[in-house]
Amino acid sequence: MSGVDLSKLPMPDGFDPALIMRMISQFGHGGHLGMAYAGHSPEWVELSLDWREDLVGDPESGVLASSAIISLMDNATSLSIWNRLGEFRPQVTMDLRLDYLRPSPKGAKVFGRGMCYHLTHSMAFVRGIAHNGDINEPLAYATGTFIRIGDRIS
Amino acid sequence: MTDTLSGLQLPPYAQSLDMTLSGRHDGSPLIVMPFAQKVQGRPGFLHGGAISGLLEMAAVAAIAHALRERSDEARFKQVNVTVDFMRGGTPQISYAVGAITRLGRTMANVQSSAWQDDPAKPMAIATLHYLLKRG
Repeated sequence: MSGVDLSKLPMPDGFDPALIMRMISQFGHGGHLGMAYAGHSPEWVELSLDWREDLVGDPESGVLASSAIISLMDNATSLSIWNRLGEFRPQVTMDLRLDYLRPSPKGAKVFGRGMCYHLTHSMAFVRGIAHNGDINEPLAYATGTFIRIGDRIS
Repeated sequence: MTDTLSGLQLPPYAQSLDMTLSGRHDGSPLIVMPFAQKVQGRPGFLHGGAISGLLEMAAVAAIAHALRERSDEARFKQVNVTVDFMRGGTPQISYAVGAITRLGRTMANVQSSAWQDDPAKPMAIATLHYLLKRG
């Protein structure tokens, strides 16, 4: 996901989503989109994405491209796995689904909350909610699966 | 016969990732995306979100193209999307094309496929549903 080799980041106090996002937001696709840390608990990690003209998928309505939100949910759910594990372990996204309950309005910041609800030796199961500031008014739900690839690659 | 590809424009999101239309593949518009820092995820690999973006733009172009072919002025908006990631994207050019399974009165079902070296070895496939609105 991130444009930076997370396995080389020293994290003496366990996994820190805020620190990771400060690194990620300087590089790669996350940096291009301007993804930022928005909060976390033991159960979830939340990231944010500002509305931007150049990320629009439908010029007539000004609605963001769905994939900007996929990127947000991919990163938020990915971080939620490491947050649950308490450490960084290599993994790749196997599949990710997004259901849109409504469009994200033009100009509105998007928040993506990722939750890892089950882990096995080789898989991680995640869910996510995208919203515009009030999680009780979701704009999209995400469901996904990650493959935990152990030490096969870093 | 007028060229239904001419005048077809990709949205700002596609332009920001330097995606371009490059003729047809299996009758649908072919989308091309160069590798760059801004589409990179973990070092040396495409970000899953950027691959999803390529698949989404292929779907959008396929619907827009199909609607033009039948002079249909319907607007469309995405209802959901499922992306299956099969192979990591390496630092090289990526391609994607959208195949319309059904373009009905209210819904469009699209399957997009993205690849790098060989279309028969997809990097990722997306299944997308769009709601069509007329008038």
